[in-house]
Amino acid sequence: MNQKTLQVDALESEAIYILREVVAQFEKPVLLFSGGKDSITLVRLAQKAFFPAKIPFPLMHIDTGHNFPETIEFRDRLTRELGVELIVRNVQDNIDNGTVKEETGRYASRNMLQTETLLDAIEEFGFDACIGGARRDEEKARAKERIFSVRDDFGQWDEKNQRPEVFDMLNGKIDLGQNVRVFPISNWTELDVWSYIKKENIEIPSIYFAHKRKTFLRDGLIWSADDAVVFRDEEEKVEERMVRFRTVGDMSCTAAVLSNAVDIAKVVEEIRDSSISERGARIDDKRSEAAMEKRKQQGYF
Amino acid sequence: MKDTKTQTNSTTSSSLEKAGLGHLKIATAGSVDDGKSTLIGRLLYDTKSLTDDKLEAIQEKSKQRGFDYLDFSLATDGLVAEREQGITIDVAHIYFSTRKKSFIIADTPGHIEYTRNMVTGASTAQASIVLIDARNGVVEQTYRHFFINNLLRIKDVVIAINKMDLVNFSEEKYNIIKGEIEYLASKSEYKNQNLTFIPLSALEGDNVVTPSKNMPWYKGETLLHHLERLDAEDINEVSQTRFPVQTVIRPKTEEHHDFRGYAGKIYGGDFEVGDQVAVLPSQTKSTIKSIHFFNEEFTRAKSGSSVTITLNDNVNVSRGDMLVKIDEEPTITKQLNATICWMDKEPLQASQKYYIKHGVNDAQAKITQLNTIIKTDFSGKIENPSALELNQIGDIQLKLSKPLLVDAYNKNKSNGAFILINPKTNNTVGVGFIKSPL
Repeated sequence: MNQKTLQVDALESEAIYILREVVAQFEKPVLLFSGGKDSITLVRLAQKAFFPAKIPFPLMHIDTGHNFPETIEFRDRLTRELGVELIVRNVQDNIDNGTVKEETGRYASRNMLQTETLLDAIEEFGFDACIGGARRDEEKARAKERIFSVRDDFGQWDEKNQRPEVFDMLNGKIDLGQNVRVFPISNWTELDVWSYIKKENIEIPSIYFAHKRKTFLRDGLIWSADDAVVFRDEEEKVEERMVRFRTVGDMSCTAAVLSNAVDIAKVVEEIRDSSISERGARIDDKRSEAAMEKRKQQGYF
Repeated sequence: MKDTKTQTNSTTSSSLEKAGLGHLKIATAGSVDDGKSTLIGRLLYDTKSLTDDKLEAIQEKSKQRGFDYLDFSLATDGLVAEREQGITIDVAHIYFSTRKKSFIIADTPGHIEYTRNMVTGASTAQASIVLIDARNGVVEQTYRHFFINNLLRIKDVVIAINKMDLVNFSEEKYNIIKGEIEYLASKSEYKNQNLTFIPLSALEGDNVVTPSKNMPWYKGETLLHHLERLDAEDINEVSQTRFPVQTVIRPKTEEHHDFRGYAGKIYGGDFEVGDQVAVLPSQTKSTIKSIHFFNEEFTRAKSGSSVTITLNDNVNVSRGDMLVKIDEEPTITKQLNATICWMDKEPLQASQKYYIKHGVNDAQAKITQLNTIIKTDFSGKIENPSALELNQIGDIQLKLSKPLLVDAYNKNKSNGAFILINPKTNNTVGVGFIKSPL
């Protein structure tokens, strides 16, 4: 064997360490998979953490029914290739059985409705740890998150009473009915995630790269017009623009940015020079200054 | 997973592509209203790290509230209660980069009742900034934060004397405060600390990123310049190698039928294939057969790397066990002397039982003695107290339900600390620093 010295990057090592702690400390962990770049990064980290064994927990997607088709296709192919179990639960089912009510109006979105479906699924399967791709740099309330974030039966996050997390010791002790949300890439920035995807050559859905798309302008943001879920006024003119998406949320609340970045290297360059934050293109965060915190208290991811 | 077809050869300067150091972590501390959030906001603003949408939000909010300046603290205080009260309750993590370095700032609460959150933020920091209001000088919280930085053995500490604009940029004021802190440092047990004093005005921007025109008497560097020069590798202390096993990897597939790998993170030093190791606590000896990272094998792995290790002998290893080099063994003990920082409303009392978590290892612990409360102003100790209250620091003795594999914290940071968990509430109630095994 050639002499090869390894020094794993601190962020990657930290994430792998956290994923291994989850498997060691919990009975039924699950990785919440949205098909977005952050959860795809998590999947790669989970592969690394347990190799040569397979990823020892299922992936779960809470499907709003408003996902970009590219994302769904990608999700199915990835889980098939990795040989991991994929669980899908649909917001539509909660709408149909009356446990949540569809929003109406021009900013209608199903993003908030996901919470109910998620909590139902956690209960259905008895998951005690839900691994998610949230990062502290995304938003001010998330900047305060622990890596192991304890939630009660209602998924509630008590921000004033979080457990101290010292050094890298993670306290996963919980009572029956509680669960922990785990954020292995807490300390990564958006640029770190993109650099990692580039370095690892990880495949991601095509909507992250610049492509021609029918769009219209609203509130200074660019919206996709080639689907029925985004409620559009008559005077909002549809034009074809060269765009890419920085996050892959629900189509109804995810705006695009003008871009010519057709490959990873160019995306990384654009992000580095960009002057709008990633969630700046998420309309649901703008509803009020306290939007994210409120949603998190209610059990949103 | 298949690779993308778009192969490129361009290089980027992101932290992940540098040699494994990640971000430099800095903790900030100071009393309420010393201007920590403003200082961080100023750092972000002057390094152009605030994105347009965030800056707009700050401008708008400052205007709404009728301020005649930009309230940078709005960039960091993220919780509703914090904005209502204008204070920082919990640690916020703030990320910014300059062309030279990436930083994570743990912005910790100055308020006395949130001291435990300050310890939380500082525990993973490689450097620390203690803010002092030039008008008020050294106050109780300054002592406490300085003490905690020493207890945690944070090597690089910046004393940022803020609000110099409100004391007419007085060199005399600066020197008085500097003298007080130097006197404190002389009384501290931890002698390896680099102390740097910087007079600044976070609100006006003096000496944060740009050198101050108002203080020509100060010949030192700006805060940002100092932070950019720090090297995580110089700051991290080298110690004996410790490999606590997190989980055992046994794929049980055709291809890897006999694979038995020990997954964990290497602390302190390095490991090489062929190293003679002891498996603790059983003290079985073996040698390292291979070091794996994902689908590659390496002959050597450096400290800080999460790897999977296989051994040449079929020994029984499970979670909580530890691999160490043959002549570098930690102490195997069922009793500990430790300094503890108490973090719970329910006080610590002698004879109480807790769970102890030491790295990835768990045991039950009983407090056999509460020896002293240490005064965080370096003025001495209270002997034989009846209890240790929230935010107090003291010396205790513990008895353990099973042997743990420990080092003194001043010899090996990664293997010298533990947390206590209340079995009734599952809360983390204290953090301990091992002084000596008994």
